[in-house]
Amino acid sequence: MSAELFFQYLVAGVTYGIIYSIVAIGFNIIYNTTGIINFAQGEFVMLGGMTAVTLNGFMPLPAAIVVAVLVTMAIGALVEIVFIRWLVNPSVLRMIIITIGLSILIREIALHVWDEKVRALPYFTGTSVSSIEVGGVHISPQVLWVIGVCTVIVIILNFFFSCTSMGRQMRACSDNRNAARLCGISARNMVTLSFVLSAGIGALAGCVVSPITYVQYDSGTGLAIKGFTVAILGGLGNSMAAVAAGILLGVLESFSIWVMPTAFKDALSISILLIILFARPSGLFGSREVFSMKEF
Amino acid sequence: MLKIRNLEAGYGSLTVLRRVTMHVSPGEIVTMIGANGAGKTTLLSTLSGLVRARAGEVLFSGRDISGLPPEQRVAAGCSLVPEGRQVFQTMTVRENLLLGASVLRKRGEGSKTGEELDNVYHLFPVLRERQHQLAGTLSGGEQQMLAIGRAQMARPKLIMMDEPSMGLAPLVVKQIFFIVRKLRDEGITILLVEQNARAALGIADRGYVLETGRIIVQGPSEELLANRDVQRAYLGRDLDAER
Ligand SMILES: Nc1ncnc2c1ncn2[C@@H]1O[C@H](COP(=O)(O)OP(=O)(O)O)[C@@H](O)[C@H]1O
Ligand SMILES: [Mg+2]
Repeated sequence: MSAELFFQYLVAGVTYGIIYSIVAIGFNIIYNTTGIINFAQGEFVMLGGMTAVTLNGFMPLPAAIVVAVLVTMAIGALVEIVFIRWLVNPSVLRMIIITIGLSILIREIALHVWDEKVRALPYFTGTSVSSIEVGGVHISPQVLWVIGVCTVIVIILNFFFSCTSMGRQMRACSDNRNAARLCGISARNMVTLSFVLSAGIGALAGCVVSPITYVQYDSGTGLAIKGFTVAILGGLGNSMAAVAAGILLGVLESFSIWVMPTAFKDALSISILLIILFARPSGLFGSREVFSMKEF
Repeated sequence: MLKIRNLEAGYGSLTVLRRVTMHVSPGEIVTMIGANGAGKTTLLSTLSGLVRARAGEVLFSGRDISGLPPEQRVAAGCSLVPEGRQVFQTMTVRENLLLGASVLRKRGEGSKTGEELDNVYHLFPVLRERQHQLAGTLSGGEQQMLAIGRAQMARPKLIMMDEPSMGLAPLVVKQIFFIVRKLRDEGITILLVEQNARAALGIADRGYVLETGRIIVQGPSEELLANRDVQRAYLGRDLDAER
């Protein structure tokens, strides 16, 4: 394979990988405050993309994206308040069934609102054929948008969790929920906040990728599976490891088509998921002891 | 400060506390002693709101708090240092303390956070030395100090402590109890739950003895220390045998 082609695949892999990472971080944020896996995470990504496409009919692109992210955050809060908040000590199995049900519900509503048509936002800069040369490799400007926006999301999240009082309170809830309540922190509000945050970053990611990957009422499902694989691969709850794991999966997928038919590309992540769950459920970067303390 | 009348609580079909009636006056150190499984932790969990009371009244500064969630009780000025310290292991000492001050902002005292942090560091110099260390890496005694400091950060009127001496070396226990007295001198009222009856009665003004969820004896500390039943059951001294 030529060096040029190698880099093209690498860039494509990294781009998809970063998206998977963002979905995985969405899983992790909710997992950390609640101990549950929100299987409707992919739907937040889809909702962000779809809402932005619709809004872009009435308003300029940046405004459409901002409003779409806010709308999805509101939906995230609503979902938590209506379906999760009132449950008293729900079992993990019950939570899994509820979030899977939610993902189906959101998908069906999206089907009614937007039908089956495949949509996309316009390229943020340039068109689908424009390209930027970076070190002898031609890259679509949208790829740079994806990488740039996702990197900023990760940096801001890191800052939020380590340096702001609200971020600290969320971490306290995931470290020791009862102790957090005894510090006067409302654990329930932190759970709502974690849904709002996950929905927001999912929606933003959904907006920046939609020009490349397109968006459809059911495109959240595939992303959720990839994101879940990445979350498990990195070790549940560990957001920085999720970035590494996401890029790893994206690049593996991208190069897999050299050795396997393209049709098997999606099967790769399922296979990795199963292997990890059997062989090392604490993830590549997680320690076994920490994992055994978590409920899942 | 704290008035409890006919409090009942438990888990599922198990009733642990039966008609517990007690009070703590402002400025007092009151201790509740009892053997393992007597219901001491259940009592403090109920008072802090982690466990729901089934019956009875809990009045704090004259206000019925029995329906409030834990976070609102802390905001009202009633803090718990839980059994087993329960510090945030994955966070630094400083972060733990700042989290303790979470209610200050809700109370409109957010600007006092820095002052209170200095206060805690003054009381526990070792916490200042370790402020950037993860709480999980501290020794048991240091974690206990952190747990107390964290409760203090909320500027409470009443601090309830659940067996602060548990698992600590005698010298460290002494240090902790010294701090408890110092907190009282600063104007904080203290409800101290202990299995270490001798040490607890040594610093308390009054005491209660809890046995299988009932208060069986109560009175000033000197009286309890002289009480034969208390001596036999909790102070490891059998006067009948000594005779
Ligand atoms: N979370 C719980 N669920 C069910 N039973 C409990 C729970 N916590 C304590 N108990 C029971 O309540 C009783 C009192 O326990 P506890 O309040 O922890 O006593 P103490 O703190 O005095 O040692 C014990 O019989 C114990 O088994
Ligand atoms: Mg106990």
